Amino acid sequence: METTDLLETHAAYDSKIEGNIIFTRVDAAMNWMRKNSLWPMPMGLACCAIELMATASSRFDISRFGMEVMRFSPRQSDVMIVAGTVTYKMALAVKRVWDQMPEPKWCIAMGACASSGGMYRSYAVLQGIDKLIPVDVYISGCPPRPEALIEGLMKLQRKIEGTHAMQEQKKEFFEDMA
Amino acid sequence: MSATDISTLKGVFATRVLGSVEFRGEHTITVELSALREVLEYCKNSLGYDFLLDISSLDHFGDHPRFEMVYELATVDDSKHLRVKAAVGEEQSVASVVDLWLAADWHEREVYDMMGITIDGHPNMKRILMWEGYPFFPLRKDFPLAGRPSDMPDVAFSGVAPLEGGPFVTSCGTDDVVKREPRAQDQH
Repeated sequence: METTDLLETHAAYDSKIEGNIIFTRVDAAMNWMRKNSLWPMPMGLACCAIELMATASSRFDISRFGMEVMRFSPRQSDVMIVAGTVTYKMALAVKRVWDQMPEPKWCIAMGACASSGGMYRSYAVLQGIDKLIPVDVYISGCPPRPEALIEGLMKLQRKIEGTHAMQEQKKEFFEDMA
Repeated sequence: MSATDISTLKGVFATRVLGSVEFRGEHTITVELSALREVLEYCKNSLGYDFLLDISSLDHFGDHPRFEMVYELATVDDSKHLRVKAAVGEEQSVASVVDLWLAADWHEREVYDMMGITIDGHPNMKRILMWEGYPFFPLRKDFPLAGRPSDMPDVAFSGVAPLEGGPFVTSCGTDDVVKREPRAQDQH
């Protein structure tokens, strides 16, 4: 399978033989770099933002994963964590911020409200942020515990490991070469 | 005390006071819409109600007049509370009390936004919870909880929330709470 293919080639490394050189594929190297420094864009809209802050603080440290860099600028971040209820009034602002994030970007819908509208089935609440932007990981909970958010982020890391980064970015280059 | 205040108001405003109720220490007075502004002025200036707690509105869908405005007044030292109510028809408008109590500012905007009652003399009458240009008044009785679709490109849009017989979509099982959630001590 392609996913394990990338992982195995990356894991072939023996410092006694190769020294400080690792032989790997560009895809595997890029994915490794991307997944280990996912800078979140915290779209903290409601109560889930508190759990997001708790995850970033010392007890449930996401700095272990390289994600403590909460860049509040969309231009400098990789993953947008939509944490909280998305009202229709706020929805277009979230979309605007999402559009400003450069590729590669991912989205995590944290909590029940961001995934599906949560308990707010009403005239004012967007029933899930996936009605506006493509979501990669849904985390359930109201609010999800910090451990659940960390598991969601780790799932996103597994997803990134399996992407064909080179092929997606340099599509025209490969098409020309073929 | 509030009870003497009600008698005072009835004395001053005579037939324009439509009724009063006292229930478990809470005093309510209902007045004609035309007298509402004067009654509130009198309450603030002469009776000392310098704290506006809340302005709210009711929709009696099917009755004429349709709406009702409710003003909760109090004193800062919490010694007395008074509720002033007035019936408002669909075509009528209410005088603003922003110059009496500054707290009325956002409360009146919310009444307009949610119920559509026009308020005259407000310095900044625009919607506060929904966005400018939203075509409906959500807390009216003829507006469904699920919402109605609307679209203002570049500003906001709204859709219909799935209720499926809701508003609480998960089904509770049986009606009887005791059967639904049995306690450990009841298990044999």
